Amino acid sequence: MFLSKLREAWICLKAGQVTLPYPFEPHDPAPGFRGKISVDPDLCFGCGGCANVCPAGVIEIQDLDQYTRALTFRWSRCTYCGRCADVCPEQAIAMSPLYETATDRADDMVLRLEVFMGPCGRCGRCFSPAHPLERMMVTGFRDDTVGGRPEARSVGPLEVAGCLRPPPGLAAAGEGRAHAPEGGQP
Amino acid sequence: MLRELCRKAFPKALWVYHCNTGACNGCDIEVINVLTPYYDAERFGIRLVGSPRHADAILVSGPVTRQVAPALQRLLDATPAPKLVFAIGSCACGGGAWFDTYSTLGGADRVIPVDYYIPGCPPRPEAILYGVALALGLVPKKVAAERMRQETLDELAQGISRAVSGFAEAAEGGGP
Ligand code: SF4
Ligand code: SF4
Ligand code: SF4
Repeated sequence: MFLSKLREAWICLKAGQVTLPYPFEPHDPAPGFRGKISVDPDLCFGCGGCANVCPAGVIEIQDLDQYTRALTFRWSRCTYCGRCADVCPEQAIAMSPLYETATDRADDMVLRLEVFMGPCGRCGRCFSPAHPLERMMVTGFRDDTVGGRPEARSVGPLEVAGCLRPPPGLAAAGEGRAHAPEGGQP
Repeated sequence: MLRELCRKAFPKALWVYHCNTGACNGCDIEVINVLTPYYDAERFGIRLVGSPRHADAILVSGPVTRQVAPALQRLLDATPAPKLVFAIGSCACGGGAWFDTYSTLGGADRVIPVDYYIPGCPPRPEAILYGVALALGLVPKKVAAERMRQETLDELAQGISRAVSGFAEAAEGGGP
């Protein structure tokens, strides 16, 4: 009996120190860990795909005006599923390995991105051309004086591919439409 | 001031009371993980206690359901001041995927004042330790509100002209 106790003690001593020195030394997560979302502001073109698939309604999209679409990521309720990163056609969203996100302020858990959009030459709704060079062409030649409506000139009106909306002369196109899911909390 | 007092009073031993207000148990398992020898939260004097009357800090996990909200309020009242409230997990921080369902009120801060938020679904045990260490003043805060924007029309145009003139100068200056 005494021997078995000795053996037990030996097993316990052999294990050495098992406690992690964290938080005094970093302890990186395994590869593939999905931490806080990170957004590359230059890649996003405001398609809203991420907001469509987010199960927690983290991403709210609002058109501030004809040229600006604001994406607000309230990631305090993010479930780290990674669907936004999967669906983004430009890989603008990535799941960073950052997990040390504890904070004492609720406002710290908000990320806001304002995307610059070009309006469609036909209906005036904002969109962003596929290529950055095209974006410069549209935005560089815009004339805001024609009847108060932005219009592309010199390069000819660029249109959303397959835009079926009537031109602004025929019917008033929607302005500042909010695509955010209803019931978002502040 | 309360926070300062907490910082002075708590480093010796923080006794926590863990309450589940509708969590899926993911966060609860991670809280238990933190108390195992591998993560060993008792290094910091953190002990799980069985009654809110013995607790210095309350760990809330899960979205606050309608049923549990009055109980959570009573629990907070029963805890002696000064007290800290930790919201653990995305559900307690902002409601998680249930932020707008009929049966929950959203995050814990809709019902009681929350001092520290530890997001994650579930947060890693390290993240919980980090949150507690943040409360004890052992580690710096790593996140802040972020605001980003793309260049507007004018800025793009200016940027292009600046870049072009910059290239021209470089070409003139660097030429033979
Ligand atoms: S982040 Fe990606 S998916 Fe979301 S709006 Fe921007 S481009 Fe679209
Ligand atoms: S990781 Fe999931 S929950 Fe978080 S923002 Fe992306 S889609 Fe939404
Ligand atoms: S944050 Fe995630 S793991 Fe924690 S209770 Fe909510 S759903 Fe479960």
